[in-house]
Amino acid sequence: MKRIAILGAGTGGTIMANRLAKMYRRELNQGRLAITLVDQDDRHVYQPGLLFLPFGGYVPEQITKPRHALVSDAVEYVQAGIDRVEPDQDVVFLDNGRAISYDVLIVATGTRLAPEETEGLLGEGWRSKVFDFYTLEGATALRDALAQFKGGRLVIDIVDMPIKCPVAPLEFAFLADAYFTRRGIRDRVDITYVTPLDSAFTKPTCAKTLAHFLGEKRISLVTEFATGQVDGAAGRLVSYDERTVDFDLLVTVPLHVGQDYVGRSPGLGDSLKFVPTDPHTLQAKRKVNIFALGDATDLPSSKAGSVVHFQAEILAPNIRAFLEGRPLDPGFDGHSNCFIETGFEKALLIDFNYKVEPLPGKFPFALGPMSLLTESRLNHLGKLAFRWAYWNVLLPGHDIPGISPQMSMAGKRALTTTAKES
Amino acid sequence: MPTLNLLDIPLDVDAEGFLQQPEQWTEDLALEIARQNGIADLNDRHWLVIRFMRDTYLQKGTAPTIRTLGKDSGVAVKELYQLFPKGPAKLAAKIGGIPKPKGCI
Repeated sequence: MKRIAILGAGTGGTIMANRLAKMYRRELNQGRLAITLVDQDDRHVYQPGLLFLPFGGYVPEQITKPRHALVSDAVEYVQAGIDRVEPDQDVVFLDNGRAISYDVLIVATGTRLAPEETEGLLGEGWRSKVFDFYTLEGATALRDALAQFKGGRLVIDIVDMPIKCPVAPLEFAFLADAYFTRRGIRDRVDITYVTPLDSAFTKPTCAKTLAHFLGEKRISLVTEFATGQVDGAAGRLVSYDERTVDFDLLVTVPLHVGQDYVGRSPGLGDSLKFVPTDPHTLQAKRKVNIFALGDATDLPSSKAGSVVHFQAEILAPNIRAFLEGRPLDPGFDGHSNCFIETGFEKALLIDFNYKVEPLPGKFPFALGPMSLLTESRLNHLGKLAFRWAYWNVLLPGHDIPGISPQMSMAGKRALTTTAKES
Repeated sequence: MPTLNLLDIPLDVDAEGFLQQPEQWTEDLALEIARQNGIADLNDRHWLVIRFMRDTYLQKGTAPTIRTLGKDSGVAVKELYQLFPKGPAKLAAKIGGIPKPKGCI
């Protein structure tokens, strides 16, 4: 019997479990193959919802479900922490002492926020005037603090890249502008966006458009600011080169690292505990029977749900190819697709891959209906509709009609801004 | 692709002056690029970081980020900022003659 072990029941692990359960229905029924999915807890968070929660857009119950309920019954769901993987023995050791042997291992354990790595971040003021919104607890605490906020300096800060959903902090700034405008106190709030990058965003074409929005919405931009220290008591951010930014309320995106068990698994991760992975086949570099997808990898693609969905469409058939001794399809092109909320019920949409920058145009077809790199209400509705699609289309492992895993040039107005392949 | 003449050597560079062909790099060029970017002289600590950047790039095809530099090069992040003000990873890449590190997206 062949055994597939999947570590992590987040977006990537859940999609993979369900896709493989469908692909191997017969083998699972006949007991010729087994799939085991491991996660340390049973709470699946719809992470895009965390952006809206602080502004009262969602309540926690709307964006969480039990993990096991989202997984096919043909898959064994094990709730336990992971101690380590021993790649040379093809075994995963769990915290509870159980050992899971595998023929194929899929690493989908994502990334962990590490606020403890920034001096002072967890000190005085943490979750009273210093918040993250990338966790359910942080986003909920921030909602309460924003409701009490009567005016002053709101600072949104990215400690360092890479982060999940690189546009989310910008969207947070746009939504904060709309939120305070609606409350009638926008003129009493200074909003400043602080980034370690040299512009508002990582992709030049897009950075221009986004910087324009920042100006229009009177949001100040501080660039190349590498946060070295947070002084909650004084309300001050200090950079490594000793510049300062003062705040009354800080919304920070802490450092991201891989999971600790990756660090305990011989040769599996790099120094940040991300898993070195082939950018096109998604095979881990450590050993041929290990694969990785999503935020857990060291790939230069976005750490985002759309990316892991596209990766899963490539990876599922690659698992089959591997088990049957056929060559792997180098089909993943870095495709990423995201809505960017700009506030006041509007949003942008961007679509790009390893080589092609976000371009203007229409999506997903030449006639639309959605528009790329341009604000529209339809894009915003698309973003809201996505929550339903996430639970009901993405996680169960269905394809999204009209959107293929590889990026399509249909509808895009080519500026042929290409970056060198990484 | 723009060409830049430094020390009478024509170099392939990008719009911001990053070398596109690491094999065109020499230590003399490094000193010259450093001078043009406000670093009058390169000490042992500078060279440690520059060589680490180059070696990683030549091995892996991507330059290390500031965090990887801080963890793996033996020079802590705070000191990196003293050695290469403003953007250590970017500046060390430029002086080390490798393409501009891409921000992770």
